[in-house]
Amino acid sequence: MEKKLNFARSGFLWSAMLFLVLLLVPFFAARFYVYILGLIFARALLAMSLNLLVGHGGIYQFHHAVFYGVGAYTAGLILAKTPLPAGMALLAGPLMAAVAGLIIGLFCVRLNKLYFGMLQISLGSLVWIIALRWYSLTAGDDGIHGIPVPDVISGATPTYYFLLFVAAACLVVMYLILKSPFGVTLRAIRDNPQRCEAVGINVRRHQLLAIVIASFFAGVAGVLYVVLEGSIFPDMLFWVLSLEIFIMCLLGGWFTFFGPVVGAAIMVFLQTFVGSYTEYWTFVLGIVLILLIFFLPEGIMGINFREWARIRSRRASAQAAD
Amino acid sequence: MDVTITFAGFFSQVLVGLSRAMILFIVSSGLSFILGVLRVPNVAHGSLYMIGAFTAHGIAVLLGEGMVGFLAAMIVAPLVVALISLIAERALFSHLYEREHLMLLLFTFSLALILGDLTKMTWGADYRSLVAPPVLQGSVSIFDTAVPRYNLFLLVVGPLVAVALYLFSSKTKIGKIARAAAVDREMVGAIGINVSWVFAFAFVLGCFLAGLGGALVAPTVSITLGMDHTVIIEAFLIVIIGGLGNIWGAMVGSLIFGVSQSLGVLLWPQFAIVFPYLAVVVILTLKPTGLLKSVW
Repeated sequence: MEKKLNFARSGFLWSAMLFLVLLLVPFFAARFYVYILGLIFARALLAMSLNLLVGHGGIYQFHHAVFYGVGAYTAGLILAKTPLPAGMALLAGPLMAAVAGLIIGLFCVRLNKLYFGMLQISLGSLVWIIALRWYSLTAGDDGIHGIPVPDVISGATPTYYFLLFVAAACLVVMYLILKSPFGVTLRAIRDNPQRCEAVGINVRRHQLLAIVIASFFAGVAGVLYVVLEGSIFPDMLFWVLSLEIFIMCLLGGWFTFFGPVVGAAIMVFLQTFVGSYTEYWTFVLGIVLILLIFFLPEGIMGINFREWARIRSRRASAQAAD
Repeated sequence: MDVTITFAGFFSQVLVGLSRAMILFIVSSGLSFILGVLRVPNVAHGSLYMIGAFTAHGIAVLLGEGMVGFLAAMIVAPLVVALISLIAERALFSHLYEREHLMLLLFTFSLALILGDLTKMTWGADYRSLVAPPVLQGSVSIFDTAVPRYNLFLLVVGPLVAVALYLFSSKTKIGKIARAAAVDREMVGAIGINVSWVFAFAFVLGCFLAGLGGALVAPTVSITLGMDHTVIIEAFLIVIIGGLGNIWGAMVGSLIFGVSQSLGVLLWPQFAIVFPYLAVVVILTLKPTGLLKSVW
C-alpha cells in the first residue's frame, strides 16, 4: 500500500516537472518545434480520450475521429461563419461533440464488441458524408482554412500556452475521473460485464456516460486543433484517422495512463520527420506497427513499467533475503 | 426538391445498383469468409481490391486491350493478389492467431498501410482507366433503356461467384473443414487437421475474391489511390448487416447497399451516398446481429 502511494507521488512529481519544462519551451525552442508540440498536445488529448473507452472501458469505439471532427467543425464553423463570441465557439465544440456522443452512443450501447464498433462506423460515416457533401456549409472536400482565432490565443506562443493549459487541465480531469468510483466501475465492467450486471450496476448507462465523457474530450482536442491550424476538413472525421488514434494508444500502451500521450508524440514525430524525408511515411508506420505487434504488444509504456516492476521486486526480495 | 421519376430512369438506376451490388458482393463475400473462419476483420481487404484493379489494368495494357488481355487480366490479377496475401499470411499473420481481436485488426491495418504505399510506389498517383474489350462495350436496349453490356456481364458473374462459393463451402471437403474450423478450431485440430493451413487457405481465398472484385470493377471506374478507403467500409457494413460469415447474407447486404444508393441518386443526388448508410443504421437498430444467421 505504501509503495503504491510512493509511486503515485513520484508519478505526480515527474508530471509536474514535465509540465514545468513544457512551460519553458517557447523561450528556447524554435517556432517549428513549438508548433509540433502543440500538435502533440491536441493529438495526445484525442488518444487519451479513446484510451478512456478502449483501455479502461473495454468499449470498441471504432470511430472516435467523428467526435474530434464534430468538435472541430462546430468551433470552426461558428468562428468562421457567425459573429458569435469566440469563447462560445470554443465551448460549443466540445458540447456538440458530447451531444453527438450521446446520440451515437444511445444507438450503439445496446450492441456488443464488434457490432458496436461497426454500427458506430456506419453512424459516424453519416456524419462524415454530411461534412463532405454539404458544400454550402462546410465547403466539402476543400474544408475551411484560415479560420479567425481570437487575438488572445493567436500567434505561436499564446497558442502554445492555450493548448498546453487546456490539454493539461483535461488530463487532470480525466485522471480524476479514472480514479473516481465511476472509473473503477468502468474497469470492473471491462473485466466482467455479467458480474457487474449481477451486482446491480447499470452497465449500459455507465458505458453511455463514458462515451459522452470521451466524446467531450475528443471535441476539446478538435477545438485545440482548430486553434492551432485554423482549418477544418472532412478527413478529420474519416475512419482512417480513427484507426490512427488506435495506433497511438497501441504505440504507447493501452492500460497505462500516459501511454497514449507517448504514442501520440511518436506518431506526430513519425509523421513530421519521416514525412519530410519520404512521401511514404505510412509505409514506415506500417513496419513500426508490425514490429510493435510482434515484439511489444503492450506498447512502450507497458514494457517500461513491467521491466521496472521486475527490477523492483527483485530488489525487494534481495533486501528481504538480507 | 421536385423529383420526377420516369420508369426508364428508375429501371436503369436499379440495373446500375444491381451491377454495383455484384462488385460489392464479390469483395464483401471474401471479407465475410475471412471473418467467418478466422474471426479477423481484414482491413487490408480494400488495399488488395485496389491492387487487383491496378494489376488488372497493367496486364490488360501489356497484352493489348482486346478480349485476350481482358480475360488474362481477370484471371491473373486475383491470383497475384492471392499470392501477396499468401506471403503475408505465412510470413506474419499466421503467428498472431492467438492474439486479441483488436491486435489482429491493427495488424491488418498496418498491412493496409504498407500495401497502400507499395501501390503508390509501383503505380504512382495517376488516374488510370481500363477499356473493356469490344464485346463488352456499348449497350443493349432493354425496355427502351440503354443498359451497358458490361453491367449485364457483372450481373452474370456475380451470381456465378455466389453459387461457386456456396458449393465450395458446403459441398467440398476443404470447405467443410474451413466451416468446422470457424466453429471450433481446437476440435478440428484435435482430429488431426492442420488448422493453420486451413486458416491460410481461407485467408487466401478471401483475398482472391478481393482481387477479383478489384479486377472486375476496373473497367467501370477510374483506378486510383484511395479507392481502397471507401470500399472497405462498405464491405464491412455489408458483412455486418448480412450476418457475419454468411455468404448469402453478403449477397443480401450488397443488394441493399448497391440498390439503395442508386435509387438515392433519383431522390436526392447530392446525398445519394447517405441512403445505404441509413439503411445500415435502420437494420442494425432493428436486428443487431444482421439479417441472416451469423456463423459466430
